[in-house]
Amino acid sequence: MIADAIGRLYREESGRILATLIRLLGDFDLAEEVVQEAFAAALEQWPDEGLPRNPRAWLVQTARHRAIDRLRRRVRFSEKVDELTALQALEEPAGEEEDPGVRDDQLRLIFTCCHPSLATEAQVALTLRTLCGLSTEEIARAFLVPTATMAQRLVRAKHKIRAAGIPYRVPPPELLPERMDAVMAVVYLVFTEGYAATVGDALIRRELCAEAIRLARRLDALLPDRGEPPALLALLLLHDSRRASRTTPDGDLVLLEDQDRAQWDQAQIAEGLSLVERALRRGPPGPYALQAAIAAVHARAPRAADTDWRQITALYALLLQRFPSPVVALNHAVAVAMSEGPAAGLRLLDSLSARGELPNYHLLPAARADLLRRLGRDQEAAAAYREAVALATNGAERRFLERRLAETT
Amino acid sequence: MEYMLLIYNSEKERASMSEAQRGEIFGEYRAFTDAIVKSGHFKAGAPLQATSTATTVRVKGGKTVTTDGPFAETREQLGGYYLVEARDLDEATAIAARIPGARFGSVEVRPVLQMTQPR
Repeated sequence: MIADAIGRLYREESGRILATLIRLLGDFDLAEEVVQEAFAAALEQWPDEGLPRNPRAWLVQTARHRAIDRLRRRVRFSEKVDELTALQALEEPAGEEEDPGVRDDQLRLIFTCCHPSLATEAQVALTLRTLCGLSTEEIARAFLVPTATMAQRLVRAKHKIRAAGIPYRVPPPELLPERMDAVMAVVYLVFTEGYAATVGDALIRRELCAEAIRLARRLDALLPDRGEPPALLALLLLHDSRRASRTTPDGDLVLLEDQDRAQWDQAQIAEGLSLVERALRRGPPGPYALQAAIAAVHARAPRAADTDWRQITALYALLLQRFPSPVVALNHAVAVAMSEGPAAGLRLLDSLSARGELPNYHLLPAARADLLRRLGRDQEAAAAYREAVALATNGAERRFLERRLAETT
Repeated sequence: MEYMLLIYNSEKERASMSEAQRGEIFGEYRAFTDAIVKSGHFKAGAPLQATSTATTVRVKGGKTVTTDGPFAETREQLGGYYLVEARDLDEATAIAARIPGARFGSVEVRPVLQMTQPR
C-alpha cells in the first residue's frame, strides 16, 4: 500500500523534487543521487511511521539533508570555496514548505536541459532523464544506442552545463521566443521518436509519447499566456488519439484513410480540438497551431471520405507560406492532390524533386508513386515505389511500400 | 565566470576589403571595446597579426621543432580575442554577438577553467 503510494509519488513528483534540488545544489549528479536516497529512505521509514503530512516536502527535506552530509564530508577533504558557499546556502532555514519558487524550478530545468548550446540529442536525453525520470537504459533502448553511449552523452551534457555556466533560470523576455522554440522542438522530437517508428521496444516508445504529452501539458500550465504550448499539446493529443488504429496487430502500417475511426480516442480528440481553438484565439498561429489545425480537420471527419481537403490544402498553403520547408511542401502537394486531383499534386511534387530537395527522403517517391498509381501510370508508379523502398529505413513503412509495389506490378 | 571569446574570420575576405570598410570595422571594434570596459565585462583583448606571421612550436623527444604557419589550415582563422567576465553563458554569448567580427565570421565562446590555488 505505502509502497504503491511511493511508486506513484516517484512517477509523478520525482521530476519536480529533482528540479528543486538542482536549484538548491547547482549540481545535477549530486541532486540525482540524493533524490534517489530520499526515496529509498521513504521506502524504509514510511511503512512504520506512516505517510508524512506533506510527502513531497518530506522528500525534499530528506534529500537536502543528505546533500548537506555529503558536502560536509567533501569539504573536510578539500577546501573548495564554491562547495562551502553551497553548504552555507543549504544550511539556512528551510523556509515554508510550499516555496512559490518550486513551481518555477521545473520550468527552469526545462530551459536548462533544452539550452541551445547543447546538441539536440543531448537536450532530448537530458530532458528524458531529469524531467521524465527515465533511466539511462530506457533512453538508450528508445533511441537504439548502447547504454554506455547514452550514459556518456548524459555525462558530457551535465558537465557542459556546469563548466560552461549554462544558467538555471527561465530566460528573460527577449530570449524567451527563441528558447521556447528549442524546448518545444525537444518535446515534439520525443513524441515523434515514440510515434513514427515501430521498431524497437514498443513499451518504451509508448512511454515516450506519454512523456511528451505530459511535458507539453506542463509547459502549457507553466506558461499560461502563450499560444504555442496549447497548440503543441493539441497536436500531440490529436496524433496520439489515432494510436490504436494506425498499425495492425502485426505492426504493419495502416494509412489514415483506411483506419478504423471507431478506435480513435474521442476524449483526447475533444481535448485536442478545444486546445486548438484556444491556441488560435491567441494571436497569429505558429507552426504547431497550423499543424494542429490540420490534425483537427482529420479528427472531425467521421469517415475518410468526409475529410475537408479544401480546408487542409488552405492550411498547408498558409504553413508553407509562413514556415516554408521541403517536408511541408510535400504535404501541401499531397493535400492539393486530394482536393484538386492527382495531376495537380504530381506537378507540385515533380517541381519539388526537380529542385533537388529532400534527396534520400523515402516519402517523396512514395507520394509520387501513389499519385502515379491513381493516374493509372502503373509502370512509373512501380519505379517510384522501388525508389521509395530502397530509401525507407523503418520496417513497417518498407513492408507497406513493398505491398503497394506488388499491387502495381 | 570568465569566458574567452575567440574571433574567427576569413583573412582572405579581410584582405579584399577596402580601406574605408576596414576603417569602419576598426571604429566598431573600438566602440564595442569601450562599451564592455565601461560595463565591467572586459578583462583583456587584442587583435592578432595574420596567420602568415604564425610559428608553431612542438617538442619532440626533447627537441624543439618549429614550423612556419598556424597549427591547422582552416577556412576561418583566429584573428583576435577578448577575455570577459560574465554571469553565465547567456551573458557571454550576448557579449560575443556584439563583436563586429561575429557578423562576417564566428566567435567561439569558451569558459576559462578556473585553477584553484595550490596549498
